[in-house]
Amino acid sequence: MNTDTLKIVLVDDDEDDRSLFQDAIEEVDMNTSLMLFGNGQEFLDYVTLPGQPLPHLVFLDLNMPIKNGIECLTEIRTKDNLRDLSVAIYSTSSSDNDIEQTFIKGANIYINKPNTFGKLKKVIQEVLKLNWQYHTSNLNRETFLLRI
Amino acid sequence: MKLYLKYDINVIFKKTLEEQLDKLDIQYKINGLGEVEFQDGLSVEKIAELTALLSIYGIKIIKDHKAEVVQRIKDAIATMVADTTGEKHYKTSVYLAEKLGYSYPYLASLFSESTYTSIENFVIIKRIDHAKSLMLEDKLTLTEIAHTLGYSSVAHLSSQFKKTTGLTPTIFQKIIEERKKQQETANN
Repeated sequence: MNTDTLKIVLVDDDEDDRSLFQDAIEEVDMNTSLMLFGNGQEFLDYVTLPGQPLPHLVFLDLNMPIKNGIECLTEIRTKDNLRDLSVAIYSTSSSDNDIEQTFIKGANIYINKPNTFGKLKKVIQEVLKLNWQYHTSNLNRETFLLRI
Repeated sequence: MKLYLKYDINVIFKKTLEEQLDKLDIQYKINGLGEVEFQDGLSVEKIAELTALLSIYGIKIIKDHKAEVVQRIKDAIATMVADTTGEKHYKTSVYLAEKLGYSYPYLASLFSESTYTSIENFVIIKRIDHAKSLMLEDKLTLTEIAHTLGYSSVAHLSSQFKKTTGLTPTIFQKIIEERKKQQETANN
């Protein structure tokens, strides 16, 4: 059995979406710990505190007040200590251009929000398991991209 | 005269550990006493090197058979994928069983028990990771990459690439190149 824990952060301003995501993550058969934030600024304030244990993977909703997903992503990528953090953006947009721009700005994963809970669970499971490989094996994080 | 010393064994331990770990020239994180984490995993050679370095100070690495075999499987897969000269038609199962000296079913169950993936799937992830570096660093064409990595055709490579990343190799390459350009502009 695996005893290591994958530390996950979820940043979303919509409470319903947060709890759906949370339920889906909890149903994945992996050791995970989850922290929730209501917007990008709250998360950035938290991770920039000195000595803070860093998560392995952060899910960012694209549309949020105060600091949206893209702004938050851009800021994460300017910080040296957050370089190894995998960033997953999720959105309802499936425009190729939006997706490419998100990757160019430094996202590792782009999730097109699924419309059923079953599909959401499946997508999250796939994301967590692939991210786990990047977290535990010698794979190049700089070129880690996944569109799902 | 005599001097009386007082010391903190935890400080000594941590300092010693850091000094030896630094010699490995690999990223690590000390997670409190008695646990070190390596972001990229640790090859069998590095583990042997560290074992030797620490043994002088009476520090021993606690052996975890499963973790060790999993790491050896990963090392062997990395070697297999990067080997561009050898015979491409051997099966992963035969290769790993011969190299590690355990039966393949044993290796396969041990691997999936502790990595959340199967050996077959890990080989694909590793091979695509290698394809990316051949594409970006060595500037090989898809035809050359398919040939180097032992794919039966470019179409097979492309479809496995798409399945693993959700992107076509062309879009992937475009994204990484654009990203580099943006980083360079930001740094200047």
